[in-house]
Amino acid sequence: MLDPLPWLILLPLLWATLAFVRGPGRGGRLAMAGLLLQLALAGGLAGQVAGEGARVYAVGGWGAPLGIDLAVDGLSAVMLLLAQAVALPLAVYARAYYAAHDDGARYFWPLTGTLLAAMNALFLAADVFNLYVTLELLGLAAVGLVASSGGAGPVTAALRYLLATLLGSGAYLFGVALLYGAYGSVSLTELAPLLGADAPLAVFLAAALMLLGLMLKTALFPFHFWLPPAHGGAPAPVSALLSALVVKASFYLILRLWLDLFAPLTSVAAAQFLGLLGAAAILWGSLMALAQTRLKMLVAYSTVAQIGYLFLLFPLATHTGALAASGALQGGVMQALSHGLAKAAMFTAAGTVILSLGRDDIARLGGVSSRLPLTLFTFALAGVTLLGLPPSGGFTAKWLLMSSALHSGQWGWVAVMILGGLLATAYVFKVLRQAFLPVEAGTKFKPVPRMLEWPAFLLALASLLLGLRAGEVLSLLGAG
Amino acid sequence: MSAGLLYALAGAALFALGVAGLILRAHPLRKILAFNVMGSGAFLVLVGLGQRDGTADPVPQAMVLTGIVVAIAATALALALARRLLEHGNEREETDA
Repeated sequence: MLDPLPWLILLPLLWATLAFVRGPGRGGRLAMAGLLLQLALAGGLAGQVAGEGARVYAVGGWGAPLGIDLAVDGLSAVMLLLAQAVALPLAVYARAYYAAHDDGARYFWPLTGTLLAAMNALFLAADVFNLYVTLELLGLAAVGLVASSGGAGPVTAALRYLLATLLGSGAYLFGVALLYGAYGSVSLTELAPLLGADAPLAVFLAAALMLLGLMLKTALFPFHFWLPPAHGGAPAPVSALLSALVVKASFYLILRLWLDLFAPLTSVAAAQFLGLLGAAAILWGSLMALAQTRLKMLVAYSTVAQIGYLFLLFPLATHTGALAASGALQGGVMQALSHGLAKAAMFTAAGTVILSLGRDDIARLGGVSSRLPLTLFTFALAGVTLLGLPPSGGFTAKWLLMSSALHSGQWGWVAVMILGGLLATAYVFKVLRQAFLPVEAGTKFKPVPRMLEWPAFLLALASLLLGLRAGEVLSLLGAG
Repeated sequence: MSAGLLYALAGAALFALGVAGLILRAHPLRKILAFNVMGSGAFLVLVGLGQRDGTADPVPQAMVLTGIVVAIAATALALALARRLLEHGNEREETDA
């Protein structure tokens, strides 16, 4: 039996390398086989963690500090499961997409495999320096994917994304250097008991730099400038991968640092500040989404808004009492999961529409309802999660966040969430309304393969049904 | 002031210079160079603060080696993208002319 901890990193590296060796555009089938195995491993790992709690794996039998430790707990098991569960349908979609539309297919599979290996390694990393390395690998693979279609627009977006992500990880690395200078260790478990409220100023500086760098990488308002052109300009499978998973990886790291490592240093003021940035992201991202005229840019700005909800958990979980804090954490993680599934569905559905219509204008979507009913239904189902209607995962997430806000007496955040929900309704219906108009004269719909429509639909369905399985997810999160 | 601390302060200054260059400079090549200055600053802090009682600690040196490899890969990717961008720019000028 394969041990999931090392194999979740080795498998994607393996199929990425084989895909690279086999040549441009090849290796899709291998990737799907690998992803199926990865999903099974992640599922098995989730079962293990739920039953036996957290555990550590010493790579090659060499323990830290000489070797590298991998560690898994409830939070990383949940994130690993999300990554594999989103990546598998996306791989099926990507094969059909690149078969229909040969735009940047050359290095899609090697880059995607590297990206997933880096992401899985990030979720399993047990020290702050390995987290830096995995962050960089993730960023480099993501930039390569953004640039893959090769036009002037995507390359400009990719270069801007690369410089932003390098600045973010540079700040993170500087923080790691200060932490090592203060304590002589990079291991999360060794550092956690050493940090206290009486830590030297350098450690506070390290915490601030690391969190700022990661906020830049997560595209939290006002650091979101790089996201819409990068996510909106890339080929649809890439946009889905980036919006659903890559921004969640740096968010996961912020969450881990805030809750575990820097918990004694956190203050209510800092948490409120993060919450305010999140609220600004929700409002600004939604308004910008509403103002877009191109479908994929609308979906990309919606990501900016949905990232804002993730950051509402910090004011709700910091120094507020156990009940509000655990509710906030659960709500934040549910939001990461449901947005991951829904945004992957939404970008892939948008990609199908664009492939069939050959254009990207929201104002000229007439007839999509009759010609691509399943794809439009997918878009609407994903929209239900973004709006937070029951029984979707988005509803559970927003419900948990709202009740946590009520428990801790912070009514302001409830108002922000309600306003954000209304704005999301407006931008989702902006698309749906156009799609239900009659077919414009002279418009030809290219027929699309079923393998484009069904994976997207499954992702949207999963985001909807996640709300019904929230209990299992939350108990896994609480395990170790 | 110990030599280690001196290195660390120089590293912090280099890091700040690099960040300023990365944000303020417009040309991609200058931004890429600024990123390298920034990275070198962080490495210098890592090695400088990592010294205990005047003897070098091997762990941060191993980390810096890893960091240099990552920085080279990032620089190569950035240069490739900048070059591609330049080619696109030239194409556009030719079609304009």
